Amino acid sequence: MLTISRELHDQIVAHARADHPDEACGVLAGPAGSDRPERFIPMTNAERSPTFYRFDSAEQFRVWRDMDDNDEEPVVIYHSHTATQAYPSRTDISYASEPGAHYVLVSTRDEDQTEFRSYRIVDGEVTEEPVTVAE
Amino acid sequence: MAIEVRIPTILRTYTDGAKQVEGTGATLDELLADLDHKYGGLRDRLIDGSSLRRFVNVYLNDEDVRFLAGLETPVKDGDTVTVLPAVAGGAG
Repeated sequence: MLTISRELHDQIVAHARADHPDEACGVLAGPAGSDRPERFIPMTNAERSPTFYRFDSAEQFRVWRDMDDNDEEPVVIYHSHTATQAYPSRTDISYASEPGAHYVLVSTRDEDQTEFRSYRIVDGEVTEEPVTVAE
Repeated sequence: MAIEVRIPTILRTYTDGAKQVEGTGATLDELLADLDHKYGGLRDRLIDGSSLRRFVNVYLNDEDVRFLAGLETPVKDGDTVTVLPAVAGGAG
């Protein structure tokens, strides 16, 4: 189960819409061990592609170092699909490297509606989980 | 001589859960070979044949070693090497 504030949910959706048709990506950091997303960290998609994303390596280093210094961890790792459903692809599954994170997928394939779904991806297995948006 | 190596969560199965280990070597390649003696299998997650794997980021202090000399990057006492799996994916 992913519990996320309305504000953070809307920030992710706005980021995905702004970068469409390229995939958008980023992190929600939260206190280590809390499972609570608190801090919105949009990341540069170094691939700038409509079908692939990758965090810029220098930016990732700085963000991961900051989280470590603040005793935070990546609670949510999000990215968008711009022409397909908000479900993890084989590529998403094979590169998922934070077993403790919630993987949020957003789809901007429909102009009027944004799909927002969340998954755990552990050892190559995908499990969808319900999302509660706290107002 | 000790070089600190920071290990990401997903690779801590090789280090008995340790998030930081120490190794020696004059280059990154030697350092990883040294770590592999103590933590068997770790090197293979970082190196494919004779080069660093594409979707693993290795940093010497705060620089990505891809922009230094890759596996031949010299390392010395007091340096910190950080390993972070790349965060990547996409629809296609």
